[in-house]
Amino acid sequence: MNERERMLEKYAARVYKNRKDHVIQVDPAVENQSITANTRTVPGIITNRGCCYAGCKGVVVGPLKDCLVITHGPIGCGYYSWGTRRNKAVANEGGQNYVPYCMSTDMQESDIVFGGEKKLEKAIAEAMDIFNPSCIMICSTCPIGLIGDDVQAVARRTEEKYCIKCVGFSCEGYKGVSQSAGHHIANNGLMKYIIGTGDKRPTAKHSINLLGEYNIGGDGWEQERVLKRIGYEVVTVFTGNGSYETMKNAHLADLNLVMCHRSINYVAEMMKTKYGIDWLKVNFIGFGASAQSLRDIAKYFNDPELTARTEEVISDELAQIFEEVEFYKSKLKGKTAGIFVGGSRTHHYQELLRDLGMETVIAGYEFAHRDDYEGREVIPSIKEDADSKNIETLTVQPDPELFQERLGEQEREALRKEIPLDSYDGMIRVMQGGSMVIDDYNHVETEMAIKLIKPDIFFSGIKDKYIIQKGGTPSRQIHSYDYAGPYAGFRGAVNFARDVTMAIYTSAWAYVTPPWKSTPVLEGVYTGGAS
Amino acid sequence: MLDLTPKEIHPRTALRVNPCKTCQPVGALYAALGVHKCMPHSHGSQGCVSYHRTFLSRHFKEPAMASTSSFTEGASVFGGGSNVKTAVRNVFDIYDPDIIAIHTTCLSETIGDDLNAYIGDMDIPEGKLVVHTNTPSYVGSHINGFFNMMMGFINYLTKKTGVSNGKTAIFPGFVNPGDMREMKRTASLLGVPITMFPDTSGVMDAPMTGKFEMYPNGGTTLPEIQGLGDCDSLLAMGHITSVEPAELLKKKFKVPFKLLPLPIGVEATDQFVMELSKISKQEVPYELEEQRGQLIDIMLDSQAYTYQKSVAIFGDPDTVVGLTALCLELGMIPKYVITGTPKEEFTRLVEALFAKHGVEGCVAKANADLFELHQWIKNDPVDLLLGTSYGKQIAKAEEIPFVRAGFPILDRYVHSYLPMVGYIGAIRMIEHITNVLMDTDDRLCADEDLEVVL
Repeated sequence: MNERERMLEKYAARVYKNRKDHVIQVDPAVENQSITANTRTVPGIITNRGCCYAGCKGVVVGPLKDCLVITHGPIGCGYYSWGTRRNKAVANEGGQNYVPYCMSTDMQESDIVFGGEKKLEKAIAEAMDIFNPSCIMICSTCPIGLIGDDVQAVARRTEEKYCIKCVGFSCEGYKGVSQSAGHHIANNGLMKYIIGTGDKRPTAKHSINLLGEYNIGGDGWEQERVLKRIGYEVVTVFTGNGSYETMKNAHLADLNLVMCHRSINYVAEMMKTKYGIDWLKVNFIGFGASAQSLRDIAKYFNDPELTARTEEVISDELAQIFEEVEFYKSKLKGKTAGIFVGGSRTHHYQELLRDLGMETVIAGYEFAHRDDYEGREVIPSIKEDADSKNIETLTVQPDPELFQERLGEQEREALRKEIPLDSYDGMIRVMQGGSMVIDDYNHVETEMAIKLIKPDIFFSGIKDKYIIQKGGTPSRQIHSYDYAGPYAGFRGAVNFARDVTMAIYTSAWAYVTPPWKSTPVLEGVYTGGAS
Repeated sequence: MLDLTPKEIHPRTALRVNPCKTCQPVGALYAALGVHKCMPHSHGSQGCVSYHRTFLSRHFKEPAMASTSSFTEGASVFGGGSNVKTAVRNVFDIYDPDIIAIHTTCLSETIGDDLNAYIGDMDIPEGKLVVHTNTPSYVGSHINGFFNMMMGFINYLTKKTGVSNGKTAIFPGFVNPGDMREMKRTASLLGVPITMFPDTSGVMDAPMTGKFEMYPNGGTTLPEIQGLGDCDSLLAMGHITSVEPAELLKKKFKVPFKLLPLPIGVEATDQFVMELSKISKQEVPYELEEQRGQLIDIMLDSQAYTYQKSVAIFGDPDTVVGLTALCLELGMIPKYVITGTPKEEFTRLVEALFAKHGVEGCVAKANADLFELHQWIKNDPVDLLLGTSYGKQIAKAEEIPFVRAGFPILDRYVHSYLPMVGYIGAIRMIEHITNVLMDTDDRLCADEDLEVVL
């Protein structure tokens, strides 16, 4: 019996039937190994998944710093997503930063009974009076769709009344099967109402947008630092430290870089169709991966000066971190890891761990789709189910005025052989044989995987962290970086290496077992038997 | 920090900004964690429980285990009956608790799911139990959720055999495990056999042993909850948090109760101690009297550093009432005292304290938020801020010394292990308050004014 079978044997037949297709052990002999993903969680299972609202407001919309985000619903949802995701932001010059604030309609029973639209409009009037924002976003929580409040209509009326931008997101928590539905709904809203509404053209020779980078712990800033050093102009970031002010010009950039494939691939694809902007899958987690991504970007632009500058910056950045990396490698080489995160980081961090001499033996996603595991070529074969059908798929057409091919078709085809242009090969292909891959991982499977495979460290979220740690395995949060970071890029890799070393080698591990459990403390004199 | 908060106060009735409360279900979840071998279960979409577990783990730095009905759009339209029945079966199968405590969410409340009926239809394994409570997120706050869950347990489980068990029940209020431990220690010193319900000590402050326990040693046991009806008396701590479950126990089982403030500060602790002494008819032991004497000694020694210092206090209603009393005992002026929980009783309780101590010009407000508090401070500042983690934004913006107390504290360690209640809790709070105030003086004073001895 392999580890997968031993893990699943705990389940009763009906749960086994569901979970067996979400757990695989990587077998290099099997071409295109398949996994089931993006389906309903079994009720009662202690899943790590969140909801649609968390994906829309918490992940994608929340970080937009100059947008006043109103959570329309009872108080909890807005409260829990207040300052807890570590998407750092600094106001643009003369601009506003709403990231430290939590705004909610704090719906009461009478609003549920009689409808909450009036309260929402009043809340918007008060927000205009106090803050005068240039953009308001409304994020709906569970009751809104059920009582029939029309946040889209409120958004339209708000735009007319105040001459500002206002976008309503119908991201009720029950929609879809995880945060992923919320990402999609957020992507649709940004595409429909914001991208393409500005006209400020970039001035540098090469300009890019950074997609799916949320600036957790300052990750986005570290990436921007290096990109700017090479000479790129970053038009906008989706959405860490991002803003309405810059996002409206996103369609004027030369190229889209995609970090978190899961949460933002819809925007990348739609911008390609509507504006002709290619997208490139990048990974700035790990210095090896960062160097590779920078080289891929340079290849796309095919400018000898840019290529030379790219190499110059890479070698300088690598030289700066060399000594520290070597030290940490000496501590970490040969160690194994498990990683359970949301939708793309489980793949990204395997590259960084490998840079440090570590191998990932357990990997899971909370809300990924099959393409995140197996590569985008499986997309046409993914069957729609009732839950995914409920999430709108936007169909966009080339914009008659703004569509502009950045490359010729032949050029693009040639490049595709060398760089991940408009494509993503998924996570499974980078993993070694025998490694465990788990979709929508849950508490039991986490404990079992650790027991069976015994990784030296486990990366997950706060809900898992103390379970894992109490069980004796070092544990670091890879959603929030345990309030440290940045972990991205070259300098970030050193921060990460230091934190992993700390987690494994911290002196407290030596004290877990009290000395009296391993050494006899009772002293006595043998008196013998006299008779 | 909070650069967009204007000094000018605009009237608001619809827009809540920077709340000082959260929703019912997280309180229900916390209460259920205080029952031994209980799995809290959230009947709603899975995001709710994900947020609540996250939130509790961030406060306690401990696992917070709970399951969910994982609603999808279909369940939201057709009702969550099938989801909760499947969930309960799976939870018993996989996690093997003795009891599942279901609380509802705004989703299941809005669609009108009838948990009584669902539970009636369930196949519950022999010897196992399922209870529930209604916790609509659009009513009250997490404090309501906490006491509603208590009432759920009492309604389902508590019995009266007619034979007294000789015990006193203590409802501790929405407090930390460290506070519960101190209340239990006090009762034990006074020789009062008690049932504390709920009791998260041993659960949300469980030790590191190298083995994860899904159900740690702590928590009120099922026989103890069943036996609440046979208790001789009840001490209900916190006028707002504990009154409803206390009235329920009285109404159903004729258990008389004494409603007391949380034992924060000298007088409230004295009251608690004397009630216990009355019950056991034992004299207050020297150990407690000594600690009380130490507290008064410290108050006299350090009075110069708290006297007439103005303070803004915010958080959960009963905690804030307790902290206000303590600050008044220290000679401080509690200029702004707020809670987010919409209970007007709070204002009455705090104003009574103002009157008792003869302070004027102080404001108490329920159903308030931190944005409003910040604006008051911008117009007329205070010397100290006392409350939960989100206060750090205001503290930074206005450069005000800040002491953390209450729930949630997401950004510091140890706080949940040690008490704020009792004489020792007051000593601990005085240490925090004077340290912060005196550190600030030391940092800001002119070189020639820096005193080595204070």
